[in-house]
Amino acid sequence: MSKDIRIKKGLDIKLVGNAEKTTTKVSLSSVYAVKPEDFHGITPKLIAKEGSEVKAGEALFYSKSDERILFPSPVSGKVVEIIRGARRKVLAMKIAADSTQEYKDFGSKDAAKMSAEEVKNHLFASGCWPFVKQRPYDVVANPNQAPKAIFVSAYASAPLAADLDFTLAGKEAELQAAITAVSKLTNGKVHVSVGSNSNSPLSSLKGIEIHKVSGPHPSGNVSTQIANIDPINKGEVVWVITPQDLVIIGELLLTGKFNARRMVALTGSKFSKPQYVSAIAGATISDVTASNLENDNTRIISGNVLSGKQVKEDEFLGYYDNQITAIPEGDDYELFGWTAPVFNKISTTRALTFSWLNPKKKYDLNTNTNGEHRAFVVTGSYEDVFPLDIYPMQLLKACMYKDLDEMEALGAYEIAPEDFALTEFICVSKQPHQKIIREGLDLMREELG
Amino acid sequence: MGLKQNLHNLKEKYKGTKMAPAFNAIHTFLYLPNETTHGGTHIKAADDLKRTMNTVIMAMVPCLIFGMFNAGFQHNVAVNGNFASGMSFFSGDFWNFGNLLIGAAKILPLVIISYGVGLGVEFIFAIIKGHEVEEGYLVTGMLVPLIVPVDTPLWMLSVAVIFGVVIGKEVFGGTGMNILNPALTIRAFLFFAYPTWMSGDKVWVTGAVETAGTADAISGETVLGSLAQGKEIVYSAWDMFVGFIPGSVGETSTLLILLGGLFLIFSKIGSWRIMLSATLGALAMGLIFNQIADAGIITESSKFYSLMNTPFWHHLLIGGFAFGAVYMATDPVTASQTNKGKWIYGFLIGFISIMIRVFNPAYPEGVMLAILLMNVFAPTIDHYVVQGNVKRRKKRLKAKTA
Repeated sequence: MSKDIRIKKGLDIKLVGNAEKTTTKVSLSSVYAVKPEDFHGITPKLIAKEGSEVKAGEALFYSKSDERILFPSPVSGKVVEIIRGARRKVLAMKIAADSTQEYKDFGSKDAAKMSAEEVKNHLFASGCWPFVKQRPYDVVANPNQAPKAIFVSAYASAPLAADLDFTLAGKEAELQAAITAVSKLTNGKVHVSVGSNSNSPLSSLKGIEIHKVSGPHPSGNVSTQIANIDPINKGEVVWVITPQDLVIIGELLLTGKFNARRMVALTGSKFSKPQYVSAIAGATISDVTASNLENDNTRIISGNVLSGKQVKEDEFLGYYDNQITAIPEGDDYELFGWTAPVFNKISTTRALTFSWLNPKKKYDLNTNTNGEHRAFVVTGSYEDVFPLDIYPMQLLKACMYKDLDEMEALGAYEIAPEDFALTEFICVSKQPHQKIIREGLDLMREELG
Repeated sequence: MGLKQNLHNLKEKYKGTKMAPAFNAIHTFLYLPNETTHGGTHIKAADDLKRTMNTVIMAMVPCLIFGMFNAGFQHNVAVNGNFASGMSFFSGDFWNFGNLLIGAAKILPLVIISYGVGLGVEFIFAIIKGHEVEEGYLVTGMLVPLIVPVDTPLWMLSVAVIFGVVIGKEVFGGTGMNILNPALTIRAFLFFAYPTWMSGDKVWVTGAVETAGTADAISGETVLGSLAQGKEIVYSAWDMFVGFIPGSVGETSTLLILLGGLFLIFSKIGSWRIMLSATLGALAMGLIFNQIADAGIITESSKFYSLMNTPFWHHLLIGGFAFGAVYMATDPVTASQTNKGKWIYGFLIGFISIMIRVFNPAYPEGVMLAILLMNVFAPTIDHYVVQGNVKRRKKRLKAKTA
């Protein structure tokens, strides 16, 4: 059965630098890193020590709250450095990769014959559990809760996002194995959303409910789809897995190997040739981007321009990310930039901003904030880009003054920080919406569990 | 090493000092700052608060210029007693240098005092509290000279501006936190602190105060004032629409206000919901009064009769209603913040404006009080709108568990 989800409210941010559909395989980096902060809300307890040898898939650390949740090394090699920050917090574990990769063998499994408990234990042991994230709170799933459904969004609507139809092509077997396995984890359905006119490799899978999505960003955000399919109520939990992570789970089931290699889109105007590369999670950025990157006053982002993380060339690809974006930094003044007519930037208003004249145009935006931070003043504009049945400004304010009851009543269980990326983008007062929401959700998680 | 670099060096020098907000406020008027995004979205839309505020100011400039011509025109007409009804909007009798000279001499000082005193207070507060100078006053400072009578003494205006900015805004925490519209707080202060001066029939036409009691005395009455006293009106609907009538500086030309309102709606800065619903509310109340007058419930002997019997659509043209609905009811900080709430808020403003106008002949300008009243109730309206959303969510849960 197929159900259509049509979104009207939202905004497609069209940028220069869409990835061409060609792939190059990147040679193995010398150093990889796993950063605990990629797994929000996890306090790591180290297993591997500086100097220990690990295979690909062997655990580096586990979660303090649940020792079954293991975090694996993406490559085989030697742990060369553990970088610590303030109060000895682990920031990153660096692994020098071996020239020939050795995989820890978890044994191939037939997903159809496994019980829910066996699937869970297999995902724990192989370090694949962190791929399962949960709503509410947008953190690694708590395995002790029973999700009412599992959601997979195979439609990416974020600016310059990797085309999932292209990156997942030919992975039907892995996807099917993974879907069969994870569908054991819930009594509800596994909902998969694909673009309305795509030929996604996921649309032919069995054991799922397919939804066709159309409309502007954030139609590809999983919260938008959940709200349309089966909204989260208080006390309910849903789990979310990205399709590129399903491929890794599928390959584990089929071959017994943990192979964190995925297609990464190199996008943005600062790549001389935006395209796809095949790289392993945690790779050094400069090895992935190679000679493609024009690194003069460039913002490099692991992820997309809305919710990705700023990285330097000698830092590392985020654990979940399948995109690296490079755009110009905007650290320059602009004479009368606050009032002069604007033709080269995106705006949702028409206050001498002319992006409405040419909705198809692609823009080369930089990182300038285009104004200073202010208190909330303008009202009614967020609602135009926010498709959920939630009052965005009221919820943001509830998060700011930390009223747990109000946050709960206004729908904080249904959202993730990324849902507030568009409102943050258009915010006239330049408020950090995603940060406000993240802190609000963390507070709720702490206080309400 | 141009101006840009010199200013950048100065900014770095002042960083963290008490003077930084004052310097930055001026600097950012020349240059869009070089700030880049950190955490959160890496790109941002082109608009900032300065641009938003500036758009509103641009929409008001035609009213200000018209107000200058009109001030001179009304003075000359009152002195010479040669008002001709039904003049073309582009009439040379109106748009001439003589009129402008008289008007500008009266109104530019009002603008300068309003901005000078108001921004001064803002700067002082920004420096004391160590935050950036917020743009809110740019609009307020422009609104104030437009909504006061032309013969307002400058010292009165200064006192009122200081009161309005400090009590109306800064004590609540500055732009974005205030409950009452600061411009209207300033006007309300003027009217209640100096009632004999402000509500008479003299201040609306420049020169009327000085000549009062002499042989050359001229009248300075507004249309509303005449109506409230049951006098005959010499102005046609056309005169009122284009704005060749006495009144506060910028509020007389419904035509230019309409154009400004359309510009604000087109640029998506002003809320069309509030403007439309306020108009509907005013028309509804006007119609009700017309019906009452027609039905003979109120007779001509009643002091309410002439205002009640005013054709309902004339209410949109006279007094400050149009100006209030377009430029002041739409202030996003003090209006309802939810889209549904804006409909209710706007409608009630229109409705109550006309009600106050008719029932309060001593001071027949109702729109100011109606907006201030609804400013107070806007959070309540929002509360119930948001509760609707909350209840829907609870219902969903109940349907699930039942």
